[in-house]
Amino acid sequence: MTAFEYAPAPESRAVVDIASSYGLFIDGEFTEGSGGSLKTINPATEEALAEVAVADESDVDRAVAAARRAQQKVWGPMPGTERAKYLYRIARLLAERSREFAVLETLDNGKPIRESRDVDVPLASAWFFYYAGWADKLDHAGFGVDPQPHGVVGQVIPWNFPLLMLSWKIAPALAAGNTVVLKPAETTPLSALLFAELVQQAGLPPGVVNIVTGAGATGAAVIGHADVDKVAFTGSTAVGKSIAKQIAGTRKHATLELGGKAANIVFADAPIDQAVEGIVNGIFFNQGQVCCAGSRVLVEESMHDELIDRLKSRLGTLRLGDPMDKNTDIGAINSARQLQRINELSDAGEAEGAVRWSADCAIPENGFWFPPTVFTQVSSAHRIAREEIFGPVLSVLTFRTPAEAVAKAHNTPYGLSAGIWTEKGSRILWMADRLRAGVVWANTFNKFDPTSPFGGYKESGYGREGGRHGLGPYLVEGSTR
Amino acid sequence: MSERLDVRKTYKLYVGGSFPRSESGRTYEVVSADGAFLANAAQGSRKDARDAVRAARAAQPGWAGATAYNRGQVLYRVAELLEGRRAQFVADVAAGEGLRTARAEAAVDAAIDRWVWYAGWADKVAQVAGNANPVAGPYFNLSSPEPTGVVAVVAPQRSSLLGLVSVIAPVILTGNTAVVISSQDRPLPAITLGEVLATSDVPGGVVNVLTGKTAELAPVLASHMDVNAIDLAGAVEADGVTWGELEALAADTVKRVRRPPTDTEPTWLTDASLNQVLAFVETKTVWHPKGT
Repeated sequence: MTAFEYAPAPESRAVVDIASSYGLFIDGEFTEGSGGSLKTINPATEEALAEVAVADESDVDRAVAAARRAQQKVWGPMPGTERAKYLYRIARLLAERSREFAVLETLDNGKPIRESRDVDVPLASAWFFYYAGWADKLDHAGFGVDPQPHGVVGQVIPWNFPLLMLSWKIAPALAAGNTVVLKPAETTPLSALLFAELVQQAGLPPGVVNIVTGAGATGAAVIGHADVDKVAFTGSTAVGKSIAKQIAGTRKHATLELGGKAANIVFADAPIDQAVEGIVNGIFFNQGQVCCAGSRVLVEESMHDELIDRLKSRLGTLRLGDPMDKNTDIGAINSARQLQRINELSDAGEAEGAVRWSADCAIPENGFWFPPTVFTQVSSAHRIAREEIFGPVLSVLTFRTPAEAVAKAHNTPYGLSAGIWTEKGSRILWMADRLRAGVVWANTFNKFDPTSPFGGYKESGYGREGGRHGLGPYLVEGSTR
Repeated sequence: MSERLDVRKTYKLYVGGSFPRSESGRTYEVVSADGAFLANAAQGSRKDARDAVRAARAAQPGWAGATAYNRGQVLYRVAELLEGRRAQFVADVAAGEGLRTARAEAAVDAAIDRWVWYAGWADKVAQVAGNANPVAGPYFNLSSPEPTGVVAVVAPQRSSLLGLVSVIAPVILTGNTAVVISSQDRPLPAITLGEVLATSDVPGGVVNVLTGKTAELAPVLASHMDVNAIDLAGAVEADGVTWGELEALAADTVKRVRRPPTDTEPTWLTDASLNQVLAFVETKTVWHPKGT
């Protein structure tokens, strides 16, 4: 049989114009920051992309003041129909400039262009399109007649889906009539800054959207600002807990979207080819740097060997390398720090007695890379079965009965997502009833949609994003704290 | 002939469907609004609180697994029994809260009616708080509310029955189980409510009632690893602990927190709300592909 080699198919980066330095976006304009600057790099090459201003407390203060003015004078009083039209504009502009955003996202984040082009950016646009339509229908959302926005919302987002997480945060907040101060992640600020330019193109009134870049201290300043009414955070459970503690005793509301350790549960009667694709998509999408990643496979014992064989042979076909290449399946890990965490937990897996297998693929010389890896003979007590790795590392465990599968699935502090693979409908519903997870994918995995609520049980956080449910936390009457 | 001596009740805790004394052996004196001795109530300990959580956890899957229709019937039955004990509750509330009979009757009536109102939500909340989602693809997609698990309830300090009912009923109607810390100084209606629950069809462990010092018990529940959520209604005007301190403790386990609605205790006369129910549910969204 002839083996066909892939020719390189690199996406052009000419479509995007990266400035050498960026300021903060406050009150409709780019301004200097007072907290110094940081460099953002391309994790696939370690090349510096741009210098980005760091917002200190005084900058955050300016941003919050601008947001407050805009909320009281312009955005709050504005009829919902007008707010809706602004959000529709943003959705359309994102679609028009989608290639530019995709390329920039891939350069700054390291994710394959195939994913930023086909998932991140289209979904970001769809998110604005969906919530736009809510802006003048809030009376019908089930949160009472004439529900009110909180006011100023402080939002802090992670580096794994920079633009998409921005849209999850900003679209519902604005639809509800709030204004926002958003802090993108330290390692991936560029798509948020390009979004700020798009906000200018949309003619959005100054102060409605403010983007302050920086690291943890900037985020803490946003969350802690006395004039912020509501906070929304996506990131690690450790930081989420510190935020919950920081706002304790105040009247600030919070939505927390934290870590996960999803179980992908495969029964012996599962449609095997679909299950293998689902598992691969579940843990190797975005290099496994996904809070709802299916990082544990629980497979019915009789099916274990066959599944592992098929999984290994499928993983052998994945292409790791240049994220800008349209054929690439596995891109770069986002940062040296994240790679170190993945290495540390994988080493712990081996040290604790699990068996490690990695796909045989060439690792580029520069940048941060980790090959698709599967651990077998994993026990529930191993760290790799309990802790979030946030990388392309899969832990495989077995079970004999549905009840045992549920018990093992629950053996983490998290409860974000779960997967079920079986052809038996009644078993799907039985399992779905019992799994304590906010999103249950049955015979599919890692599907997202602006109409569909997303968010966790237990230490995976609280509040939902997406759908009608995702609107509630941005309205006083829809907040249950 | 001498007057008949009344038989007084020994007030104990209500945990796992039984009425144990505090394992600590401690009691504290409960007096009426004008200072007269009413009873010695059990002074619950940290160990009692942990036992109550264990009982609540054990009862939770069964209670959540009952049909919504069944939970609604079981809770409505509680209202029937409350009505039968109306006179006793009126006397307890009047003595404990220092109310004239007419005001005490109004509070008890409102409590019974509120219980009926919440009971009716059991088989409706999924229809109001859940919905299908029209995702852009060939998928079935449904969001439904589910109980969050074990909920700690710090019951209001002043309103010893109406306030209590207003925070218990919305928690358990969806299938949560509750560990309730009664009003510290007015605990007697809470234990009498426990007697009602024990003789109703509510399974043991679904509601557990601790009496004692709020400042001693509430932090144990706020930081307990196996408690999913906490209602801090009674942490305003509590002795020796603030709701902010309890919320901070709850942060370590990412508990769902229902803050006190206001910085002083409300009258609870108008405080029936669906949000009180939704504060203690999770939204679960299930996807499945469509195909032939």
